[in-house]
Amino acid sequence: MTARVGIVLVSHSARVASSVADLARGLAGGGETAPVAAAGGTPDGGLGTSAELITQAATAVDGGAGVAVLVDLGSAVLTVKALLAEGDELPPGTRLVDAPFVEGAVAAVVTASAGGDLDAVATAAAEAYGYRKG
Amino acid sequence: MLDADFFRRWMTGAAAAVDREAGRLTDLDSAIGDADHGANLQRGFAAVVKALEGDPAGTPGAVLVLAGRELISTVGGASGPLYGTLLRRTGKALGDAAEVAPVQLAEALRVGVAAVAQLGGAKAGDKTMLDALEPAVEALAESLGASFAAAAEAADRGALATVPMRARKGRASYLGERSVGHQDPGATSSALLIGALAGAEAAR
Repeated sequence: MTARVGIVLVSHSARVASSVADLARGLAGGGETAPVAAAGGTPDGGLGTSAELITQAATAVDGGAGVAVLVDLGSAVLTVKALLAEGDELPPGTRLVDAPFVEGAVAAVVTASAGGDLDAVATAAAEAYGYRKG
Repeated sequence: MLDADFFRRWMTGAAAAVDREAGRLTDLDSAIGDADHGANLQRGFAAVVKALEGDPAGTPGAVLVLAGRELISTVGGASGPLYGTLLRRTGKALGDAAEVAPVQLAEALRVGVAAVAQLGGAKAGDKTMLDALEPAVEALAESLGASFAAAAEAADRGALATVPMRARKGRASYLGERSVGHQDPGATSSALLIGALAGAEAAR
């Protein structure tokens, strides 16, 4: 079986990132899920974004099929963009996905677990913006 | 001409200024942000100074690229990737020359500031660091790179001019009208950075 796309969830809060990872894995259910890593908060446990944790998480889930990064707010977006601009900080084939954090994470993990490629994962996550709640 | 030592002095001076003003930056940030700007930049610039001490970065470009990388890695808030991008792009625009003319620095800074605007999706008048950086770059360009002091004055005026603005970017933008009447912390720290550049010039 070929490698699945890896998913990295970047939040200002470690608990938000790990809980959303749990939620997405749980809803992807059934067989084996795609690799998911949480990069939440700062290394000392505070609220914020850590370039180091993001790089570690991306490396951990990289199986060669690409890595989709989903982010919550502000500095999480900017830090991932800045790391991508560095060129060598994140595995080749890492992409920042423009998607709502929770819904996008579920869509991304389900699609990646089903064997979708990076384009399919990014598209599924972005489509979560289209579901109106009111 | 400006050599690597000049750029090291700039970064060391910026670290000292951030250290000295950390409380003020945090006070400004507690009014319209999340009250961590001073501490975040203190941590970031302390890491820059430490990295420069342990690294032989021997060209102006290499000093700024290293400093930018440290800021992206250590700050923890949005100012990290923004200032990191400013310094990295400015450093890259300087290339690997051992010395650069002030007018080259003025041009490279313009490239760096444009990269910040692109990364943050902000423009002048949004009540961000660009409101200090853009006037500074303009003043430096007008003097053909000759007057760092004029750039620092323009940055200070730019930071002060953010007081009546309504924030359109970042966390402060959620406050809407309530962001009016407070000086922007990012524009304030940008003025410190440009002030440190003038200080490095004065020490030559």
